[in-house]
Amino acid sequence: MIVTEQTQERVQIPLPVELLSAERTAYLEGLVSRARNAAALFTQFNQAEVDRIVKAMVMVGLEQAQHLARLAVEETRLGVMEDKVIKNMVACEFVYDYVKDKRTVGVIREIPERNLIEIAEPIGVLFSLTPITNPTSTVLFKCIMAIKTRNAVIFSPHPKAWHCCSEAVRIMYETAVKHGAPEGVFTCIDSPTLQDNGYLMKHKDVGLIDATGGPGVVKAAYSSGKPALGVGAGNTPVYLEKTADLNTAVVDIIVSKTFDNGTICASEQTIVIDDEIYEAALKKFAELGAHICNDKETKLLEHTVIDPETGFMAPMAVGQKASDIARFTGMQVAPNTKLLIAPIQGVGREHPLSVEKLFPVLSVYRAKSAAEALRVCIDVNHAGGLGHTSVIFSRDEQIIRKFGEVLNTGRIIVNSPGSIGALGAVYNDLVPTFSFGCGTGGGNSTTDNVNVFHYLNIKRLARRTQTHMWFRVPNQIYFNMNAVENLRQLPSLSTVIITSPALEQMGHVDKVRRHLCPKTKVHVQVIPDAEPEVKVIAQGVEALNFYKADQIIALGGGSVIDAAKIMKLKYEAPEADLEYLAAPFLDLRKRVVEYPTQKVSRSRLVAISTTSGTGSEVTPFAVLTDKQSGRKVTLADYSLTPDVAIVDPQFVMSMPKSLTADTGIDCLTHALEAGVSNYASAYTDCNAMQAIRLVFKYLPVAYEHPGDEEARCMMHNAACIAAMAFSNASVGVNHALAHAFGARFGVAHGRANALMLPHVIAYNASVPSKFMPSPYTKGYVAHKKYATIADLLDLGGHTTEEKVAKLIGATEKLLDQLGFPKSIAELGISKEEFERAVPDLVSIAFDDPSWRSNPRMPLMAEMVELFWKAYYGRGTEKTSALS
Amino acid sequence: MAINAMTLNIDETRIHAALLEAGEKLETAEGQVVLDLSSVSRIDSRALMAFEELARIASAKKAKVALRGVSIDVYKVLKLVKLTRRFSFVN
Repeated sequence: MIVTEQTQERVQIPLPVELLSAERTAYLEGLVSRARNAAALFTQFNQAEVDRIVKAMVMVGLEQAQHLARLAVEETRLGVMEDKVIKNMVACEFVYDYVKDKRTVGVIREIPERNLIEIAEPIGVLFSLTPITNPTSTVLFKCIMAIKTRNAVIFSPHPKAWHCCSEAVRIMYETAVKHGAPEGVFTCIDSPTLQDNGYLMKHKDVGLIDATGGPGVVKAAYSSGKPALGVGAGNTPVYLEKTADLNTAVVDIIVSKTFDNGTICASEQTIVIDDEIYEAALKKFAELGAHICNDKETKLLEHTVIDPETGFMAPMAVGQKASDIARFTGMQVAPNTKLLIAPIQGVGREHPLSVEKLFPVLSVYRAKSAAEALRVCIDVNHAGGLGHTSVIFSRDEQIIRKFGEVLNTGRIIVNSPGSIGALGAVYNDLVPTFSFGCGTGGGNSTTDNVNVFHYLNIKRLARRTQTHMWFRVPNQIYFNMNAVENLRQLPSLSTVIITSPALEQMGHVDKVRRHLCPKTKVHVQVIPDAEPEVKVIAQGVEALNFYKADQIIALGGGSVIDAAKIMKLKYEAPEADLEYLAAPFLDLRKRVVEYPTQKVSRSRLVAISTTSGTGSEVTPFAVLTDKQSGRKVTLADYSLTPDVAIVDPQFVMSMPKSLTADTGIDCLTHALEAGVSNYASAYTDCNAMQAIRLVFKYLPVAYEHPGDEEARCMMHNAACIAAMAFSNASVGVNHALAHAFGARFGVAHGRANALMLPHVIAYNASVPSKFMPSPYTKGYVAHKKYATIADLLDLGGHTTEEKVAKLIGATEKLLDQLGFPKSIAELGISKEEFERAVPDLVSIAFDDPSWRSNPRMPLMAEMVELFWKAYYGRGTEKTSALS
Repeated sequence: MAINAMTLNIDETRIHAALLEAGEKLETAEGQVVLDLSSVSRIDSRALMAFEELARIASAKKAKVALRGVSIDVYKVLKLVKLTRRFSFVN
């Protein structure tokens, strides 16, 4: 009688290992030692060798299927021999069919497009517990999986199935070793006890516990502190829905529930039948050999096959024939009765037959609606079957999917037998197994049908990938004097010119109008020449809508062009939430926020810059000021890049000296920072270098001789080229510091950049205290790039340090030529005031995304140092590179 | 169904308040109270708390509360927090 072990099994916990004798301990250690050695030797085998052994084992398993089935039934007194033969054959043939082409040794998968390789690592020693219900088939299955994955196994069969299991192990072992597997690869504990199991579950050389058994043994496995695979109890609900093919459904249920006398834990337990087909279904069951119990018989069953104390199935009924159960219960049934069907009115302790019954007894529930049916199925699922299996027979796809959503089972079998369906590879495409993972519902680590890949550690070899980059600029850029004439090529019915009052007064708007198509209706929208505010944007959008603009011309400096970019965005996507779009991000390509780029473009944005600085005519950035909150909102997306850029120096001829200097140094900073950025590429380097060369050559001329057309033209081009570089390579810490300082003390952007620039060059050129992780660059090259720039400018020097020093010197000289203050102190900011501001400045600068592409990762303390260096200024201490 | 069943419709837009009102009505109800949840497709944490409170009052008053027309998604929620045993369910 297996009552004691079953009961014990349900509450099994690892028992104190002190109960083991020294002799027994030595015996177990011997098993582990053999298995460990075998596993170690096995790591040398290649895929072909392993597969040869597996195939040989499978062949022998098929030949011995009947012998093992007979042994199993004789020993356990459970199940049906013929069905156990099928199980043994499925465990060999179907499992082999799944595993035969699987790579499980060495490199098992290559993903070239991701530069990834997956490599299999065996676990080593497995400690495997096998059940009484499917003894030999589980052993065959696990042996095949273990050899396929180069693992060694110590088996602990259920005590009441020890002989048949150990015979299966012996057959598999002898075959494996005969074909080359290491000796000791399989062992089977002689007369296993709970103490033996407890000892091995905690053994340091056991890599994985694979527990196929009752809840007690599974709980013990998961409680051991060792990685484990387990299974769960099943209480499979079946929904026989009114649209089901009744003939198929009834046969499938009978096939499944009577298979091996219902010992597969995935077999049907409670059938919930829609009212409309209830009578017809029961009639069909009866026709095909089921006995439908009356009330009295149902009561008899309740008291016999369910243990009244525990509420669980009585062990003596497990795997017994329906007719034997009926006889034992005192029921009169036909001799060939296959199945006993007992109607129930609910689920729970007050309805004893609503629990798992691993024998050919089914409970049925009559449901008045689909809602009720699903509720009852959920109730059955929760009554001891969470995570296991459920079944539905239906032709209503909506109900099938809803069933799948609301039931918590790892396997949801549709229109096929539950037990054989759950096994996999017979009625469906589930992976074949004899071990059903039940997920967290069943206290397991997986809902999978356990298979070869659970017997492996999969390693991933990840090579450095060459991340694809980009170079995105407007698709039309017209430059040099009178480039504005190209407007004539751009057809438009309605053009709105966005500009500032000053530019309108200076006559620049008329210059633009002159070159538009005669048929174009033109409206001028004048906005303040300051960072655009929300109100200004709204007014602009109103105008665009009113005039149904198909072309927007932004004529102005960075602020005007930024305003036009945002107006276009809102014009074409009115629902766009600017705050949302300005959300912070780290990598533009992985950004969470999506800009409305799928919209149909209603208008063309033409940007005509009137300063030689920001380069906004080609950049994907726009800055907005929210006066209410006092915040700056920065938008960044390539959809903001103007469609056409016109870089015509006639619009900058009248720039005053200070503006020329500020915007010119802003341009230089853009180019220098893009040049050493971690996102720099061959495409941006050429632009950055050229822009730097142009600035050094022409900015002093444009400053001293504002009427020099060539100088103005070259500077105007330099600004655009530098912007093309930083639009794609980004800027760096100089901008982060300048943004914070400039906003706090009201200093023009270019001027703020100028104050930081020589110190930042020295900083970036020296060995970083912290390197910036960057997949785009190899090694630290900022100092070398500065040296290259020095060469480009013909500054002289022999070593990299000398060249960097020359570059710093040349930059300082340029700043002096342009009349920039040497220090922040020179601006009249007191030391005390600056000292008070520095913590905030550093905090704001650190939040600025600009520095994230800096070649050197700026620590906050280093930002403090840079601010102070800028405060005291250049010339007060010699800044030398690589210091 | 009990002879003296009081039926209350629960509006999805004010589930929490409706359930609390139902709890108050339990004080004076004779027989079973049936709450019609046909229009409720989902519940939030406040509604869940209200269900718990309702179950508590029903238990204290030894009153029976039946829930009608409960969607399967809501039923699953109640099942997971072990509230289904405190009510009966009717179609």
